[in-house]
Amino acid sequence: MNRCLWAALSGAMFGIGLTLSGMTDPLKVQGWLDVFGDWDPTLAFVMGGAILPMAVAWRLAARRSKAALGSDFPAAPGPQVGHNLVIGSVLFGAGWGLVGLCPGPALASLSWSGAYGLLFLMAMLAGMFAAPGVRLWIDRMAAK
Amino acid sequence: MMPSDWIWGFCGGLIIGLAAALYLLINGRVMGASGIIGGLVDRTGRDSANERLCFLAGLVGVPAILVLMVGSDDTQLIQSPSIVIAAGLLVGLGTRLANGCTSGHGVCGISRLSLRGIVATVFYILAGGLCVLLFRHVLGVI
Repeated sequence: MNRCLWAALSGAMFGIGLTLSGMTDPLKVQGWLDVFGDWDPTLAFVMGGAILPMAVAWRLAARRSKAALGSDFPAAPGPQVGHNLVIGSVLFGAGWGLVGLCPGPALASLSWSGAYGLLFLMAMLAGMFAAPGVRLWIDRMAAK
Repeated sequence: MMPSDWIWGFCGGLIIGLAAALYLLINGRVMGASGIIGGLVDRTGRDSANERLCFLAGLVGVPAILVLMVGSDDTQLIQSPSIVIAAGLLVGLGTRLANGCTSGHGVCGISRLSLRGIVATVFYILAGGLCVLLFRHVLGVI
């Protein structure tokens, strides 16, 4: 129960932050990617603002053995950069550039982004549904 | 003077970072939007489904209330439906293959100096930049 309340609070803050920062506006995000056009650096300020509290949080987490509600902290990620990380990030970046939406803002703006916002979400869920199969296929190709 | 968009961006960013900090320090989890949704889609996160659904309810519901009260000047998507569908498929597939998106790799990964997070962020920004260059300035379709 407690876990759900805190999760809802953190989701709510995430959504408010995305909305206030302008990141739910697809044109502002495309503006950040549009280095050869009318470049808009706002996204860098958002990233910088978000990384600061989170850097403190990782340091606090390192001094504790468990999170406040008793679960273990996520394991430190390995240093290995596999092909799926690179291929996935390139595919994600291409989709992100095409319409200026990534998963967080797509959900935060769902109530006002209209039919196209809903269409994007449906396609995104379909892509996520297909991902485990595609990952197996890529791994098989890579092993050859 | 700094444009007000940059100041709003920074303040919104701080709130995003605080949300991620809460999720880590209290729930013990990485706040990555694609991971939270994707775990529900492919059922790898079924043990924590309630927590994920509550996070998503807050993420969709509270901005909805905020925008009902103060309005929004966000641009509506104007591309053709086929581009919107292609983009959604790429974002869904890509973030799950890479195990993270802007929030997971970008905010949570870079802030702990994770090599994977930094590499992912470099690649998705490069791919996004090239995509905008190609489709906006060369082909003129977005």
